[in-house]
Amino acid sequence: MKSVKPGLDAYALTWRLPVIIWQVLFFVAPLAFMIAMSFFLVKNYRMVEAFELANWIKMFSRDYFRDTYWQTLGLASLTTACATMLAFPAAFALSFKVSENARRWAIFFLIIPFFTSYLVRIFSWYVLLAESGVINKIIGFLGVGPYTMLNTMFGTMVGYFALTLPLVIILQTLSMSSIDRSLIEAAHNLGAGRFRTIFQVIIPSAKIGLVVGALFCFILSFGDFVSPYYLGGSQPPTLTILITDTTKSGQQWPRAAVVAVTMMVTLMVIAFSAIKFAYHNRSQ
Amino acid sequence: MTTDKAITWFLRCYVAVIFLFVFAPILTSVVFSFNSDRFPSLPLGEFTWNWYQLAYQDPDIWEAIRNSLVVSLTTATLATFIGFCTAYTDFRYQFRFKNAYLALALLPPTIPLIILALAMLAWFSKIGVSGRLWSIIVAHTVLCAPFAMAVIRLRLQQMDKDLEAAGWNLGADEWRAMRFIVIPYTLPAIISALCLTMAVSFDEFMIAWFVSGLNKTIPVFILEILQGNVDPRIYALGSFVFIVSATLVVCAQLLLSTNKPSTRSG
Repeated sequence: MKSVKPGLDAYALTWRLPVIIWQVLFFVAPLAFMIAMSFFLVKNYRMVEAFELANWIKMFSRDYFRDTYWQTLGLASLTTACATMLAFPAAFALSFKVSENARRWAIFFLIIPFFTSYLVRIFSWYVLLAESGVINKIIGFLGVGPYTMLNTMFGTMVGYFALTLPLVIILQTLSMSSIDRSLIEAAHNLGAGRFRTIFQVIIPSAKIGLVVGALFCFILSFGDFVSPYYLGGSQPPTLTILITDTTKSGQQWPRAAVVAVTMMVTLMVIAFSAIKFAYHNRSQ
Repeated sequence: MTTDKAITWFLRCYVAVIFLFVFAPILTSVVFSFNSDRFPSLPLGEFTWNWYQLAYQDPDIWEAIRNSLVVSLTTATLATFIGFCTAYTDFRYQFRFKNAYLALALLPPTIPLIILALAMLAWFSKIGVSGRLWSIIVAHTVLCAPFAMAVIRLRLQQMDKDLEAAGWNLGADEWRAMRFIVIPYTLPAIISALCLTMAVSFDEFMIAWFVSGLNKTIPVFILEILQGNVDPRIYALGSFVFIVSATLVVCAQLLLSTNKPSTRSG
C-alpha cells in the first residue's frame, strides 16, 4: 500500500541523509584516512603525507610484529573455541530445559553485563585472581595453591570470557530455542540417542547461530586491549597492545595504522569465511 | 527417566556456575566498595564508607562525571535521531543500493573499538577537532546510532503500514502523519533507544581515551587509576557506574516489553 509517491522528495531525503552524511564524515573517512596514513612518513617527529611502503616493510620484517600477530590470532582462536564449547551446554539448557519465561529472564540478565563497565569487571577479576586474592584464599582453605593467575595467558583468557561468554550464550540460545521441536522428537522416535540428536540434528540446525556467536567472540577478543594488558600483563603482548603503545608513546601513528589495517583485513577474511561456512549447505 | 533428571539437574547447575562467573565481578565490586582493607581480599575487613567519601571529595571525579553526563546525553540524542531516521527509511522506502545504505548504517559496532579509536584520533587531528568533548560525542554517535536504529526498527516492524496511509487518506500530509502517527507509535522505542545508547556511551573508554585529550570521562578516569596501584576508589566509582548503566538498561528493557503492540490496528 503505497498511496503516496515513494519518490525522492524533501521528506524522503530528510530521513535518508542524516546517517549517510554522519557515517561518511565520521566513519568511512576516518577509516580511509587511517589506511592512507599507513603509507605516510614520519620525519623529525612529524607526520608527513606521502605514499611510501616504508612502514609496511619495516613492520612486516620485524619478528616482534610477526610473533605478536600469530600469538594474537592463536589466542583469539583458542578463546573462541573454548567459549563456544563452554557456552554450548548453558545455551542447550536454556533452550530445552527451562520454561520460556525463565529463558527470557536469563537472556535479559546476560544482556546486563554487555552494557555495564567492562573496565570495572576487569578490575574485579584482577583482584579476584591476584596472588593473595579471593580465589587463591578460597582454594588455600582446601590446601591447594596459591597459583599465579595474573600476568599469564590464563588471566587474559578469563578477561576474554568475561567479555564474550554472555554474548555467545545469548546467540546460541536464540538459535537453538527456535529449532522446531518436532525435528528433535522425530530423531528420538527414529532411535537416535541424546548425543546423536545433538550432533546430527541440533548442531546442524543451529549452525548459523553457533557460527555467528563464535565470530563475534573472535572479533571481540581479537580487538580487546584491556584483558591482555591488565590481566595478562602483556604476556604475551597482543596487536592491540602494540597499537596502544605505538600511538600513545609518540608520533609513530603510521606504524600503528599498519597494525590496525592488518587487523582489519584479517577480521574481514575471517568474517567472510565464517559467514560462507554458516550458510553453506543449509538445505541439509 | 532418572538419567534424564540427572542430566537436567547437571545442566541447571552448569548454568548457575556460568551465571556465577558472569556476575562474580559485579558482586565483588559492590562488596569490596564497603570493605576497609586497601587490597581487597578475604577475610573481609570492616565495613566502611571511606572509599565513597574519598571518591566524593575528589574534584577530578566530579569533573569526569560531568564530562561523562554531557557526552552520554548528547550522544544519546544524536544517535537516537540518526537511528530513527535510518529505521524509518528502511521501514518505508525501497531503493537502489539499499543494502549498501544499511551496511553503512549498521557496520560500526563490528569494527574493533581500538581500530575506530586510532582512525578517529588520526582523522580528528587532521581536520583539527581533536582533544575536545565534542570529539568523543561525534565518535560515540557513530558507534551508538546502529543500536538506536535496531531498537526503533524492531518497533516499526510491529506497526501496520496502513496506519500511516490511513492518515494520508484522511488529509494529513506526510509531516503531519509522522508527527501524529509514526512518532507516537515508536515513542517507547525512541526512549528505550535513548537509554541504551546512553548506557553504551557512558561505558565506552577506548575511543574516549584516544580522542579526549585532557577531557577525561569516568571510564577513562578508571582506566588511568588502573594503570597505577590498586585503589579501592575504583569500586566506589564502579558501583556508581554500574547503577547508572543497569538502570538505563532495565528502563530500556521495560519500555520495550511493556508496550507490546496494543495500539496495533485491526
